Amino acid sequence: MIHPVLSSLRNPRLAVEAVGLVKHFGDNKAVDGVHLSIEAGRIYGVLGPNGAGKTTTISMLSTLLRPDGGHAAIFGYDTVREAHVVRQLIGLTGQYASVDEKLSATENLFLFSRLLGLSRKDARKKSTELLESFDLTEAAKRPLSKFSGGMRRRLDLAASLIARPPLIFLDEPTTGLDPRTRLQMWATIRQLVASGSTVLLTTQYLEEADQLADRIAVIDSGKVIAEGTPAELKASIGVAALELQLRDPGCIQTAHDIIRQMLGADCHISPEGMLSAPLADPGLITDVLLELRNHGIDLQEVSVKPPTLDEVFMAITGKEKEKEKLINA
Amino acid sequence: MEAHNIYTLSRRPTIVQTIRQSLTMAYRGLLKVRYTPEQLVDVTVQPILFTLMFTYLFGGAISGNVHNYLPIIIPGILAQSILTGAVTIGVQLREDMDKGVFDRFRSLPIARIAPLAGALLADTIRYALVTVLTFTMGYIMGYRPEAGIAGVLLVSALVICFAWCVSWIFALAGVTGRSAASVQGISMMILFPLTFLSNAFVPVNTLPSGLKWFVQYNPVSHLVTAIRELLNQNTIGADFWLTIAGGLALLVIFIPLTVRAYMRKA
Repeated sequence: MIHPVLSSLRNPRLAVEAVGLVKHFGDNKAVDGVHLSIEAGRIYGVLGPNGAGKTTTISMLSTLLRPDGGHAAIFGYDTVREAHVVRQLIGLTGQYASVDEKLSATENLFLFSRLLGLSRKDARKKSTELLESFDLTEAAKRPLSKFSGGMRRRLDLAASLIARPPLIFLDEPTTGLDPRTRLQMWATIRQLVASGSTVLLTTQYLEEADQLADRIAVIDSGKVIAEGTPAELKASIGVAALELQLRDPGCIQTAHDIIRQMLGADCHISPEGMLSAPLADPGLITDVLLELRNHGIDLQEVSVKPPTLDEVFMAITGKEKEKEKLINA
Repeated sequence: MEAHNIYTLSRRPTIVQTIRQSLTMAYRGLLKVRYTPEQLVDVTVQPILFTLMFTYLFGGAISGNVHNYLPIIIPGILAQSILTGAVTIGVQLREDMDKGVFDRFRSLPIARIAPLAGALLADTIRYALVTVLTFTMGYIMGYRPEAGIAGVLLVSALVICFAWCVSWIFALAGVTGRSAASVQGISMMILFPLTFLSNAFVPVNTLPSGLKWFVQYNPVSHLVTAIRELLNQNTIGADFWLTIAGGLALLVIFIPLTVRAYMRKA
């Protein structure tokens, strides 16, 4: 489904276009030249650890922060010069609940609806409608201080959808939610896109980006370090990681070299002496283990883990950074 | 779901939209009072308590008896309570701006000024409350102003407008302050000398010369005198016009300062 408002926009195909966005906070370069290009009608994931610059990027795209360098456009409208137009096209659900704690759920939605220009009658209707579809009707009259984290997040999202904006920013929508609530949130996000909206979501979880996003940008230290479909990214990092703990830590360098040679990929040594390496072809485990035995290296523990965000970074940021980390550790 | 009129793709909100959005923000302020009625303590308990306390405490010493002191103290309490009421705006603004909900306001296609304008509008209701309560207390204790009901209404209009002008100072403190607590502290530091070092509670001729000088030039003294002349002598004197001029001067200075500081963050 195509969002009804798209056809009247300046650039209906490109929901977000960011060129060289920069934001400093004092000496800290929170965002350091971010480029993003997001097609309309998709879910786009921005993946990165805490402090990578995800929230700062979203704040600039949603007109809350003025970039120190570069520029960004939402459906072709500049986020600084045409901020008021941009605000008509976006919904923002922040990392921290951006609703009024002192008011009830109904009052929050009613007030936001009124601010968006709905009549009293329409505002009341819209609030009821949203409370129903987000399963909040029972709690509607309670003040928010009595809300659970999941309810608050749902209300927050509901408030972003009053005007049915064609682009929705979700800043870590599931951080801190229990697994069941997380699945509900995922379902809601999929529905949004099915109804024609474009979603930009940030997350710390590779699994979440993998499950939801059509494309992913991996961001670290304020820079986009990789971009592509989940399949492309996973192909670049291997589908899983092989982890080995040696009985004799003295052999670690030999083991490291063997693994590197056999798997043809970089091998990481954790401060606890755990060896880990991306494993593109599970069949290679046998070869690695045989080779280790041939060298007389005994193992304490072997496991194969699905890729984590750490491995994504390790694979992408490469050897140099790993060395640095080792030296620092 | 119907498409709403927010997709006008206009470059900026119209005046009518700005006013409507400010009124909605004011309504929000009033809704919050319903959940935290203690927000009204300063404009309800204070006028009642202070009127009783100061009247019976100082009445005999200053005017010989309580009844003769009422025409002096009621205008004084009115001025003091209403200015105390004006302080709250700064603390409220700061609290609001520190919260996540302010980010949402900033991401909405609404006039940037609406949250500030709304807060200032909602406050006039607080000032009205102070005025009604102070006059009611005075009436109960036996105060019958010369000027009658018309004078009382005119004075009410004067103090509410003056408080609104003064609230822009505290709004600036709120917008630029670091935390709600520091805003509260700074505001009280401004407020206490201004209200107590005035002619609100004691006749000026009893004061030592240095203090007398300060009290005579203190704008609060002019406000108090204007109220007294209006209520007790039914006259509009120089102090009335001075107060209005002072209020306007505050607006000329503080509206640009506050709005500029606010817009930088909004």
